[in-house]
Amino acid sequence: MNSLILRTASRFLLILLFQFSVFLLLRGHNDPGGGFVGGLVLAAALTLYAIAYDVRSMRRFLPCRAQTIIAWGLLAAAGSGVWSMFKGQPFMTGQWAHVYFFGLDLHLGTPLLFDIGVYLTVVGVVLIVIMSLAEEVEEED
Amino acid sequence: MIVVVLSGFALALLAPSLYRLSARWAGCVFSIFPAVLALWFLSHMGEVVGGHGLRFTYPWIPAMGLELSFNLDGLGLLFALAITVVGTLIITYAGSYLHGHPSLPRFYLFILMFMASMLGVVLSDNLIALFVFWELTSVTSYFLIGYDHDKDTARAAALQALIVTGTGGLALMAGVLLMGQIGGSFEISALAADNAAVQGHRLYPLVLALVFAGAFTKSAQVPFHFWLPSAMEAPTPVSAYLHSATMVKAGVYLLARLSPVLGGSDIWLYVVTGFGAATMLVSAYQALYQTDLKKILAYSTVSVLGTLTMLIGLGGKYAIQAAMVFLMAHVLYKAALFLVAGSIDHETGTRDVRQLGGLRKTMPIICAGAAVGALSMAGLPPFFGFVGKEALYEALTHDNVLVTVVGVLTSMLLFAVAWLAGIRPFSGEETHTPKHPHDPPWTMWLGPVFLGCLSVLFGLMPALPEKLLSAAAGSVLGKEVHMHLALWHGFNALLVLSLVTFALGVLVYLNLARLQRVTEFALPVVRRGPSQWYALWLRFLNWSAVGQTRVLQNGYLRLYLATIMTVTAVLAWYTFLAHADAGVIEFNWGDIGVHEWVLGIVALVASIATVRAKTFLRAVVALGVVGYSVALFFVLYGAPDLAMTQFLIETLSLILFVFVFYYMPPFKRFSTRPVIMRHAAIGTAVGALFTLLVLVATSVQWHPTISTYFSANSYLMGQGRNIVNVILVDFRGFDTLGEITVLAVAGIGVYSLIRLRLGKGGDS
Repeated sequence: MNSLILRTASRFLLILLFQFSVFLLLRGHNDPGGGFVGGLVLAAALTLYAIAYDVRSMRRFLPCRAQTIIAWGLLAAAGSGVWSMFKGQPFMTGQWAHVYFFGLDLHLGTPLLFDIGVYLTVVGVVLIVIMSLAEEVEEED
Repeated sequence: MIVVVLSGFALALLAPSLYRLSARWAGCVFSIFPAVLALWFLSHMGEVVGGHGLRFTYPWIPAMGLELSFNLDGLGLLFALAITVVGTLIITYAGSYLHGHPSLPRFYLFILMFMASMLGVVLSDNLIALFVFWELTSVTSYFLIGYDHDKDTARAAALQALIVTGTGGLALMAGVLLMGQIGGSFEISALAADNAAVQGHRLYPLVLALVFAGAFTKSAQVPFHFWLPSAMEAPTPVSAYLHSATMVKAGVYLLARLSPVLGGSDIWLYVVTGFGAATMLVSAYQALYQTDLKKILAYSTVSVLGTLTMLIGLGGKYAIQAAMVFLMAHVLYKAALFLVAGSIDHETGTRDVRQLGGLRKTMPIICAGAAVGALSMAGLPPFFGFVGKEALYEALTHDNVLVTVVGVLTSMLLFAVAWLAGIRPFSGEETHTPKHPHDPPWTMWLGPVFLGCLSVLFGLMPALPEKLLSAAAGSVLGKEVHMHLALWHGFNALLVLSLVTFALGVLVYLNLARLQRVTEFALPVVRRGPSQWYALWLRFLNWSAVGQTRVLQNGYLRLYLATIMTVTAVLAWYTFLAHADAGVIEFNWGDIGVHEWVLGIVALVASIATVRAKTFLRAVVALGVVGYSVALFFVLYGAPDLAMTQFLIETLSLILFVFVFYYMPPFKRFSTRPVIMRHAAIGTAVGALFTLLVLVATSVQWHPTISTYFSANSYLMGQGRNIVNVILVDFRGFDTLGEITVLAVAGIGVYSLIRLRLGKGGDS
């Protein structure tokens, strides 16, 4: 699509929405949000960018192929559950730790890793579907 | 012991990388491993023979009471030694036989894995573990038969072997589970100690049938024997190892191992003996008609498997002793003969016995190995095969005349077959062969020569293996056995029988062509019969699969939806009308606020607009409105997470539609008026049903809702205040893991479907 307004806006929106998606992901455990919604937001932002420019430009933002993102997501989610097995607890028992980081008391746990896995999987799946469809359009143009 | 069994798997996984380090010596290096295992087993010979079997138990799935228990008794030791000793020779041999083959690393991977699985089969005392190893041998056998995967015939043979043995394996699994349930234990030793529990149960015949199905398919008993000759597509070392010395004996092993549990009854006696006797005679007869050296050996192997099965069926001291002696003799001569056949194939380029002759001049060492193997197979003194045959005759004459006649006839045929396979290629005039033959490298004659030496040694001094064989027979019979083997028993009836066998065997061999002509009429029945049933069965399976797929997977989304909805509506409505009481509904129209009315009406209007839309765009937008209205309902009822997700999903679906519009054909209406009415009726039925269900469900409280539990424990146990999220990532995390896996699969499915469609315009 060739719209100057959309193109300019989408560049700012992409950054804002990316931050928002991470925000949603991190706050999810205590307030509305979570990996699923966060992933959808990021995927939507990237899709918007792909509509404004094209899929190839959007692809520059991805560190790897969408399939690989999905794989990492599933690995993170499944891996977060294995942790507890080393301690003799059942698969996917939540493990928590307080991490002190520059004076901040971060409350981290394996459910967060699980949520990151969900986030990555959702981003990957939406992108793989949209890119497959959109690239076909572009290739035929 | 767990190290002994499982180290093979570890080495198998490392094999391909190790192979790359030194391709030239890989065969010799890998063969050190089974040799070491063989020495380990030999070092425990004293304890086992002394009647003190070794037992090792490791917890496997303690929650289900499953243990990995290994039992090294006489029977296990006999098989384990066969597996490791022959394994050593085979791997050494294969290094040269398959030298330079591109997928050799894969061969080592599977042959080592097979060896470990086979050890697992013969050492496991736990039925479940035994079954797992059993299936692993089928799977590795599949890969080894299909080693030349470029060849159609190899692939078909591999698949055939897998389907036949795999089907039997499924039956065996059912049998094992049933046996464990009835007997109250999955440990064979425990079941054997109290076999009345299993044998007295009314399901005992079913257990027998299932176990037989497993054992008979694995050990290629008639009418399942056809897969074994087909499996000769495998490289010769594989045929020698899996399809003569070890894997095909797994069925015989299972019957021997389970005979203390299941044996002794009349059904056992008649079925096992009957199948065994039929197999030994029919396949010995079929072996005469083969021209391919390996197929001749394959049919004679089937015949021997039949003999072993028959002996185990007969049971009793003499029969079991004979089975053990015969088994050992067979391992020694048949593996050697297969390796000889492989060497001949390797050196001359053909395995057709009609083209082979006079090889004694060009391949003297191989000729010596072959001669010993063939003479042992023919049952001539002073080779161990003679001792085996004497033991067989002793057992049969102790039983009845019928089995004796079958035994003598089979031995007579095998005598001729041995001559055909082991002597004829080397005798007579030299013939013209595709390649000019000479003796192969030492790695390829070591096997036949070593096994041949053992045949001679054990033949001349039968006291050597006596103790091991006694221990093996003892663990089948469940009591101490003292066997006395000797080459010369004096001038008695057995010797006369042997002499008669030799005379008849020579007659058969000399009149081979005439005999083949005379009995040709029976050949199509025994040869084509079972494999044709197999082909028919496969065709039926394909036909029914295609048929039901056409009906169920018709490709029309509207039919799928209509089917799902109709079934749901009918079943749920039935249950609802039969059990639910609509009277409990507490509903007050006044409770609905103005904003809720507005939202409801918007959703309704948008739904109608979706159905009545005249263009795609209008339909999609109207559908979006429905979705957003639902999301707003979520907002109203305090479910922000759900609402947020719903909004985003609606938006993304809209975008997806936009991309897809490009491919849409012009908007058309296909449905006729009655179809529309039918769909409307289904829709109304489902909609009304769910409305009623929700109303009833919210009006009645049988149990305290689970949400109380979640809200009480979310922060305490899940360390989060957002209950929805805690449920998703913690309480129900396993569900979520499953869901995102499905999501990932769906995403990759969409990707590959679209790519596939692209490919259509191009090459395919």
